[in-house]
Amino acid sequence: MTDGGTTDRDGASQAAGASAHRLQAVDLTVGYDGAPVIDGLSLDLPTGGVTMIVGGNGCGKSTLLRTLARLLRPRGGTVLLDGEPIARLPTKEVARIVDLLPQSPVAPDGITVADLVDRGRTPHRSWLGGRARRDDEVVADALEVTGMAELADRPIDELSGGQRQRAWVAMALAQEPDVLLLDEPTTYLDLAHQVELLHLLVRLSRERGTQVVVVMHELNLATRYADHLVAMRDGRIVADGTPNDVVTVELLREVFDLEAVVMPDPVAGTPLIVPVDVHRSA
Amino acid sequence: MSALAVRLGTIRRRLIRRDALVVVVLAALAAVLFGVGLVFGAKVVPLPDVLRALSGQTVPGVSFAVVELRLPRMLGALLAGAAFGLGGMLFQTLLRNVLASPDVIGIGAGSSAAAVAAIGFAGASGIAVSGAAIAGGLGSALLIWALAARRGMSGLRFVLVGIAIAAALQAVIAYVLTRADVKAAHEAAVWMAGSLSRSLWDQLALVAPALAVLVGLGLVAARRLPLLRLGDDTATMLGVRPQASRLTMILCAVLLIAVATSLTGPIAFVAFLAGPISLRLVRRDGALPVTAALVGATTVLAADAIGQHLFPVALPVGVVTGAVGAPFLLWLLMRGRTRA
Repeated sequence: MTDGGTTDRDGASQAAGASAHRLQAVDLTVGYDGAPVIDGLSLDLPTGGVTMIVGGNGCGKSTLLRTLARLLRPRGGTVLLDGEPIARLPTKEVARIVDLLPQSPVAPDGITVADLVDRGRTPHRSWLGGRARRDDEVVADALEVTGMAELADRPIDELSGGQRQRAWVAMALAQEPDVLLLDEPTTYLDLAHQVELLHLLVRLSRERGTQVVVVMHELNLATRYADHLVAMRDGRIVADGTPNDVVTVELLREVFDLEAVVMPDPVAGTPLIVPVDVHRSA
Repeated sequence: MSALAVRLGTIRRRLIRRDALVVVVLAALAAVLFGVGLVFGAKVVPLPDVLRALSGQTVPGVSFAVVELRLPRMLGALLAGAAFGLGGMLFQTLLRNVLASPDVIGIGAGSSAAAVAAIGFAGASGIAVSGAAIAGGLGSALLIWALAARRGMSGLRFVLVGIAIAAALQAVIAYVLTRADVKAAHEAAVWMAGSLSRSLWDQLALVAPALAVLVGLGLVAARRLPLLRLGDDTATMLGVRPQASRLTMILCAVLLIAVATSLTGPIAFVAFLAGPISLRLVRRDGALPVTAALVGATTVLAADAIGQHLFPVALPVGVVTGAVGAPFLLWLLMRGRTRA
């Protein structure tokens, strides 16, 4: 069990910048062919802070995220953005509010980092593509925040996996979404870069008030950096709340079939999950 | 403004100016070749006389050649070249494969087979052949689409299905050429070579406005191309409807190729080469569509000038582009770079 003496993160506080939007899934059923991946799921995402969605492989967490971003059309139910069905809102209007960074985005050959990040400004431009004077400022800021300023002129295909991922994050920042969804953004990163990216997301949420929703594989990083944790299994939501409230030995068994000890993280005090090796321990 | 923002603006403006220069140079080249085509011919007409004839004055011994023969030929070359260039580039970029060019995957072969059948079996000529060519191009495009578009679009599947369709259509063409009577077969073979000799006012009256409108529509639709190149997910998140944008562009591209082929017959390799050449000429992909159209127009105008004036016997434009294009295709394949 977790130690109660930790300071709870106050994720819901709204900083200046982004405005709060309510993203809700109502009775969602999503599936490709055959059995649905998500069946009758409802979820009310918090309007601020960092929310992380965790669950085993194939539990439907990426499918949920993609449906929330209107990349998948649900078979049943709706996604509501501020109470309106997201499918009925003008796609460009949604693009100014919600952005999703897919798991493995593709950049065309030869495109430079600055050019890629600049395309994040598209939803803020008129149909004729007129640039705002602010655009260069926003792009420069996104490059600096992600540590990509030095690499601005380099073609994406010459970068390392970690740098490439940061370029895509910079593009997402340039889009200035109020709600930023990320699908396993740490997959190709080493631990140092994973932590760096999560710090960046937490900062984004605290300083700009961006509502960040991340599908995460790394359980201990999720409990450490999430203000709000959503645990899924078999297309359903099993638990939904702060990491301290949600992460228990029973939940890990239920969601991951994992035998583990939960103890306070010595640095942050958040729940730390230590798997039990059944062959060695009593 | 931060220093970085200023630097980004400077770099961007430099690239825009650079690409604009490429476009201006290509346009100037096309204009010069257009002029060359008006001045030179069976008889050299001095430029002042050409201009007088164009302005509507009757210049004895000049007006007919310039206004009735050379001008429509050059207009046809300009418009068909632009259509082939833009249409080909759109195909290659949307299907993410250089080989997915309409002349490789059987759109051009569809037009040819229908036109040749119309000439060979029905004795058709003029507008009727053009109509058959347009219908044939659209038909083969639909067939390829029906066979290749399962669960999204894979460039490679389009290429393979298209090559199979093209091979089947080549068989149709060969059958027609062997069965039709000698005169019709010869006419069909000339049509197949790709030539500007049919580009006269009675044909152009219908085809030229259609091509002009289609090139315009294609250029407007292609504004979405840089975003689609980021993949459907990212394009959607940036507020683009990928399916709808892609359908509009492919429709424009099919019509561009079919209508241009109906005027000139298949001009080998122009649709195939314009995209890769443009990709090497400009740095920003926003400049790709207009560059590809200009590269196509310049190529056809230049090939016609070469075919008409540099050889003892006048060669059809398609023979010249084929002779230059085939080695270029081999070179591209050997470099192993087939993504657009």
